[in-house]
Amino acid sequence: MMRVLVPLVVLLPLLGAGLALMLGRMRRVQPVVSIGALSATTAVSSVLLWHVDTYGAVVIQVGGWEAPWGITLFVDRFAAIMLLVSAVILLGVLVYAVGQGIADGNRETPVTIFHPTYLMLATGLMVAFSTGDLFNLYVGFEILLGSSYVLLTLGGTGARIRAGVTYVVMSLVSSVFFLSAIAMIYGATGTVNMAQLAVRLGELPAHTALLLHVMLLLGFAIKAALFPMSFWLPDSYPTAPAPVTAVFAGLLTKVGVYAIVRTETLLFPNSAPGGNLTMPLMWVALATMVVGILGAAVQADIKRLLSFTLVSHIGYMIFGVALGTQLGLNSTVYYVVHHITVQTTLFLAVGLVERVGGTTSISRLSGLLKRAPLVAVLFFIPALNLGGIPPFSGFLGKAGLLVAGAQVGGWEVWVVIGGAVATSLLTLYALMRVWNMAFWRSRAEVEAGYRSRYIDTLVENPDAELPDGTQATTPRLMVAATAGLVVLTLALTVAAGPLFALGDRTAVEIADHDAVVTAVVGDAHGE
Amino acid sequence: MSASLPLILLMAVLYASGTYVLLERSLTRVLIGFLLLGNATNLLILIMSGRAGTPPIWHDGGDEAGFADPLPQALILTAIVITFGVTAFLLALIYRSWWLARLGDQGDALVLEHEEDQKLAEEIFTSTSEDDDAIHDVLEASEDEGEATEDAHEVHP
Repeated sequence: MMRVLVPLVVLLPLLGAGLALMLGRMRRVQPVVSIGALSATTAVSSVLLWHVDTYGAVVIQVGGWEAPWGITLFVDRFAAIMLLVSAVILLGVLVYAVGQGIADGNRETPVTIFHPTYLMLATGLMVAFSTGDLFNLYVGFEILLGSSYVLLTLGGTGARIRAGVTYVVMSLVSSVFFLSAIAMIYGATGTVNMAQLAVRLGELPAHTALLLHVMLLLGFAIKAALFPMSFWLPDSYPTAPAPVTAVFAGLLTKVGVYAIVRTETLLFPNSAPGGNLTMPLMWVALATMVVGILGAAVQADIKRLLSFTLVSHIGYMIFGVALGTQLGLNSTVYYVVHHITVQTTLFLAVGLVERVGGTTSISRLSGLLKRAPLVAVLFFIPALNLGGIPPFSGFLGKAGLLVAGAQVGGWEVWVVIGGAVATSLLTLYALMRVWNMAFWRSRAEVEAGYRSRYIDTLVENPDAELPDGTQATTPRLMVAATAGLVVLTLALTVAAGPLFALGDRTAVEIADHDAVVTAVVGDAHGE
Repeated sequence: MSASLPLILLMAVLYASGTYVLLERSLTRVLIGFLLLGNATNLLILIMSGRAGTPPIWHDGGDEAGFADPLPQALILTAIVITFGVTAFLLALIYRSWWLARLGDQGDALVLEHEEDQKLAEEIFTSTSEDDDAIHDVLEASEDEGEATEDAHEVHP
């Protein structure tokens, strides 16, 4: 009877959103509703992960309509991991946002729509991760994108509207690609059920399959912010309120990565005709890593800097997907989990920095280590983690990917490995410069006219407002939420053994094409 | 699979003109471009459903072979609803961005004033008429100013 849990993962945040919308006038009750809904979702998805890991993938035919006529919900280990991680992150960021709302008298989240919209975003994510139907995946994307448009332009200030327009138009273009790809796939195969597609796409002529494959990847690549479709991201994410940026950075691009993994393993595996895009993906991964991190290296604004590292590190996951080996997929799964947690935590920590320092520009911040030692620690740990310093999870994930690459071999792979190592070092460089300037440098040095060629050439955020220093309070709830997530990032290191074992089982499962087909449509031919 | 040539031509024209208009600077044109692209995609789905047929309702003696494929129509319906929702949001975004362009920093200040006054902010949430009045007030004020400063606040097309 565990099957009932799958729709519940989607229904809980959806009902919570409706309830929160109805309770729009009761500002004290709204947070209780949304935190309750997301806590329940977290609990349900952890049970689901346990169940799926023990007894195998769960398949639900919604409304009793058998596949391929009805909509299939399909949760295997990978989906369950993504569901659990998103639920935990959404919950952590929500607690942070509530803390911020209480402290500011809701200035950053001015209207009562924050909670319902946030829960709709959660709903969209859950739909996207739990579906076994390509069109339903599109619907999930649209639900979460629609909510993200609202969250990004919250308050409607000039900077946010500007950022919002870029973001909305880019997302629309990617949606048009995705929907056209679905239409053409339907025209070619007569189905949108992923398991059935897995069989029928393999029977298409290679050039047709290649076209469909590339169309689908284009739509997902814009969402995942792959080079060269990544330029919208650093312009749009940083202007949103800190919790919104954090949850976008952690989760939205990873939905794209998730969809790419599904495309590459289930729909168009390397063995299928028109399915082998290993080399193009490898180069895209390299370009994403290198171009992204070079962008990060010249930013003075910490939020923009982190947005560029976000783009850059998507490249690692795509590298793992492109390798397509068991260890490659295993490390990708681990890296996705690591990156969601660490990137979100860093953005939350920067939100704290902004409150303490009044700005996020490293040329103006100083002496934070003395002023706010706890915030300093909360920034330092995930920063080292993202930079890939042992023994943190960033190191383990990267090590896994590089070993997977070395096993495959070939000069192209070694070039990408070189790029990956350089990216890792440059990440560390960018983040340690933040540390040196914002936390380590004393205030007296800045007042005495501190100059250094390491920061003089940096690019400031064009939308940055001048520091007003009015938000000197750092509410305990915000610090606690950030600290909780930092502990979670550390737990990823401590539990790395079991996690890699789980990742291994996941990699075997997602590569096992026939098992999915049999589970969803009954027989391995999908007829 | 058979498809109708006029539909394909229409779709191609919609895709082409949609892409062209989407690349314009003006936001309203971007919106129009998006609508054209959305409809082109809907047509694409329709074309992919194959030839037209009888309504797909099964009854005794019905000709199952002549049924039109119902699934693409369901997909189109969903896509239309999504396009509609996003269009509504884009319109709001364009209106807001026009407002900000017209008023500049004053536009922001207007919002902040309301936020400071919690009660007023809630009234705005329920009734938009107050919001409109406020916009009109500021617009009139800025037009008076504009005459003095040689149309400094004119919107650039």
